[in-house]
Amino acid sequence: MSTSVGKHLEERIMLGLMIVSTVLVVGSLLLILATVVVKGAPALNLAMLTQVPRGGYYLGKEGGILNAIAGSLALAGGATVLSFLLGLGVALYLQLFVRQGSRFAHLVRLSLDVLWGVPSIVYGAFGFTLLLMLKMRASLLGGIIALALLELPVMVRGMEEVMEMVPFGLKEASYALGATRLETALRVFVRQAAPGIVTVMLLAFGRGIGDAASVLFTAGYTDRMPNSLLRPVASLPLAVFFQLGTPLPEVQQRAYAAALVLVVIVLGISLLTRLLVRRLSRYVVR
Amino acid sequence: MSAKRWRRSKDRLAGRAMGTLALLVAVLVFFIVVALAARARPLLDIQSPVELLTSSEWHPLQGKFGFLTFIAGTVWVTVLAMALAVPPCLLCAIYLAEYAPRRLRSAIKPIIDLLAGIPSVVYGLWGVLMVVPFIREVVTPLAAQHLGAIPLLRVDNPTGYGILASGVVLAVMVFPVIISVTEEVIRAVPDGMREAALALGATRWQMVEGVVLRRALPGVIAAVVLGFSRAFGETMAVMMVVGNVPQIPRSIFDAAYPLPALIANNYGEMMSIPLYDSALLAAALVLLLIVLAFTIAARVILLHAVRRAT
Amino acid sequence: MIDSVIQVRGLNVTYGDGSAVRDVSVDIPARQITAIIGPSGCGKTTLLRSMSRLLDLVEGVRVEGQVLFHGQNIYDPRVDVTEIRKRLGLLAQQPFPLPMSIYDNVAYGPRVHGLRERKALEALVEKELRAAGLWEEVKERLRAPASALSIGQQQRLCLARGLAVEPEVLLCDEATSALDPISARCIEDRLLALKMEYSIVLVTHVLRQARRLADYVIFMYMGELVEHGPAGQVFADPREERTRAYLAGEFY
Repeated sequence: MSTSVGKHLEERIMLGLMIVSTVLVVGSLLLILATVVVKGAPALNLAMLTQVPRGGYYLGKEGGILNAIAGSLALAGGATVLSFLLGLGVALYLQLFVRQGSRFAHLVRLSLDVLWGVPSIVYGAFGFTLLLMLKMRASLLGGIIALALLELPVMVRGMEEVMEMVPFGLKEASYALGATRLETALRVFVRQAAPGIVTVMLLAFGRGIGDAASVLFTAGYTDRMPNSLLRPVASLPLAVFFQLGTPLPEVQQRAYAAALVLVVIVLGISLLTRLLVRRLSRYVVR
Repeated sequence: MSAKRWRRSKDRLAGRAMGTLALLVAVLVFFIVVALAARARPLLDIQSPVELLTSSEWHPLQGKFGFLTFIAGTVWVTVLAMALAVPPCLLCAIYLAEYAPRRLRSAIKPIIDLLAGIPSVVYGLWGVLMVVPFIREVVTPLAAQHLGAIPLLRVDNPTGYGILASGVVLAVMVFPVIISVTEEVIRAVPDGMREAALALGATRWQMVEGVVLRRALPGVIAAVVLGFSRAFGETMAVMMVVGNVPQIPRSIFDAAYPLPALIANNYGEMMSIPLYDSALLAAALVLLLIVLAFTIAARVILLHAVRRAT
Repeated sequence: MIDSVIQVRGLNVTYGDGSAVRDVSVDIPARQITAIIGPSGCGKTTLLRSMSRLLDLVEGVRVEGQVLFHGQNIYDPRVDVTEIRKRLGLLAQQPFPLPMSIYDNVAYGPRVHGLRERKALEALVEKELRAAGLWEEVKERLRAPASALSIGQQQRLCLARGLAVEPEVLLCDEATSALDPISARCIEDRLLALKMEYSIVLVTHVLRQARRLADYVIFMYMGELVEHGPAGQVFADPREERTRAYLAGEFY
């Protein structure tokens, strides 16, 4: 009798704890978003979004965060394009040019798993050593390289997942018509996997635009708009980081605004990926 | 005839080019280790790695470098974060996998994915604006009054910036990783086992605890290890709330200086003090090697689990 | 003596642990419909796919022996496999239209092999869609996605696509199994019309279909070639006991 009551009570208690945990998790997200919106919304105005900071070395009171917005877009955009080109090559190679059970394929995938877990500050430090070796200074190009390395595992893993879903019969049909591996890869495979690939690119972009530690060493920071691959460039995460700690409230406002813009971009990407998958599936088989 | 040959050559060339790319990716990790080690060499020639890892003397201007303080800081923060994160994550994952109605599940999962996408600095911002004040105004006074006797909870630092704050922020950051992997692993447990337990009269929870969790255990451990690995290397959010005081911590209210924060805070002076750049890059190397070890450990655990199941 | 277009000599195909085709030698007659029949798992699909080197796509397969096409062994490493596959078209059981428009599906093969000129492509696309019996149904919407077609239409599209590269031989692997009876009948009619110009090898587990279409029959059982010969002869008066039993429906 008591065991029966006991076990049901235990069930009730555990269920209660589980619900509390879930509320905790969901609640944290809401708290974070709320903080960003509450602080960032008042700071957001047209001037903030369309002007660069003025008045001396990003501690000046006037101006906005356009330098950071443009810089982040340039950094993440460049890095995403670079890692897409590299990643597509690797993913297609693993899917179409190599025997599935081969040791080399296994090694590459293991490597990618490992790279996926590398902290972004290590990519930043590595990027820094590369820059030193090449006698370059912190610049847009340096930041792009470091971010591309960061995005690469996300890109390849995502693309492979999408490509795994291409039906074998489609591959066979293309080969049966006498197409080469390259032709099958570019004309059939990529088209079939296109919506998924675009989604992966967006996800990689989102990962890249939010990262601070890897661009800290490699991209530098500046008040100015990005105007050259070889000059330092501002970025939204660093805009938040550097400007949050100042005693000047006007500068802090810029930090809040940058944080809000960053969150809006990331949330926007999330929504966009869901919409795009639906729209781009027009030509895709099955 | 030559058009056909051109097609064949294009195919072969493309295969070779892509193969080279894949090879570069395969050796990239190795290359990163080598590059960092090369840069750290000047320091390693003077100080042995063992000394580097176990000394707590950090006086760059005098040429004395020891990582112990910073490693201790990282360990404290990460362990606290995991202690705070693992129980709610497991419960939440179990709830989503076993109890939640399908509609609720499909509403909550995207929210968790969203958490994963939030940038590190935004977590840091939240930490500075919400967590630190909360600890300073609410938790610290309470702890000082009632819990002062417990060694790990002594309050010597009233600012709110410290291990507790970064533990909380970091815990929320690893929620998505642990929950999603755990949930997947739990759902992979075959339904037949569930049926068998329930048919014997077990409650849902008894079934979960006794059967599902036991079966999914390796996967859950792998999820936790992955979360640990992610937390260990996290830089920005932690840096903004941990206080950045180079001391070996004695209480969760103390400030600390984790290894990633060390690297990030001092990169500006790296080139101006002799051997400073070697030291910081050696720190990055240490970080990388530790994270590598955890990643491989997680993979081995999963592999072992898969082999046992088949 | 009837011309033979493909000669199989001592073909042995092994998958990892088991042997799928054991020591098969047979000549495929030209410009006739050859049906490969037999119970499931007897190796007929493997034999079919070996003729176009499509087994290369599968993991862990070992092929020994020769398949001669125009006197040349297609398994010779010096052979350009894309050329071989161009000459031997495939119609698979499940239609797999490529992820592009109807027009582009048919044009894919010719384009890949170098035909660029628009007028020539358009003429070719129309010709093959007519040959496959699909032209009237799609001529208004050539740019529409191929995935929008019904499954019977998709299979006819795959037929048109395969014909567009101007093969000599058509390999059909259970090409009508996934279709409704009307579409199946339509494909069968096309094949009968096409045998004037093409040699057709089809694999089927439906004896009735074999009886309707075949000029030449190959019967396989457990990876071995049991019997082969002109359809009339094999169906009316099989030499082997196993053939007789299979035709009588004693096992399938």
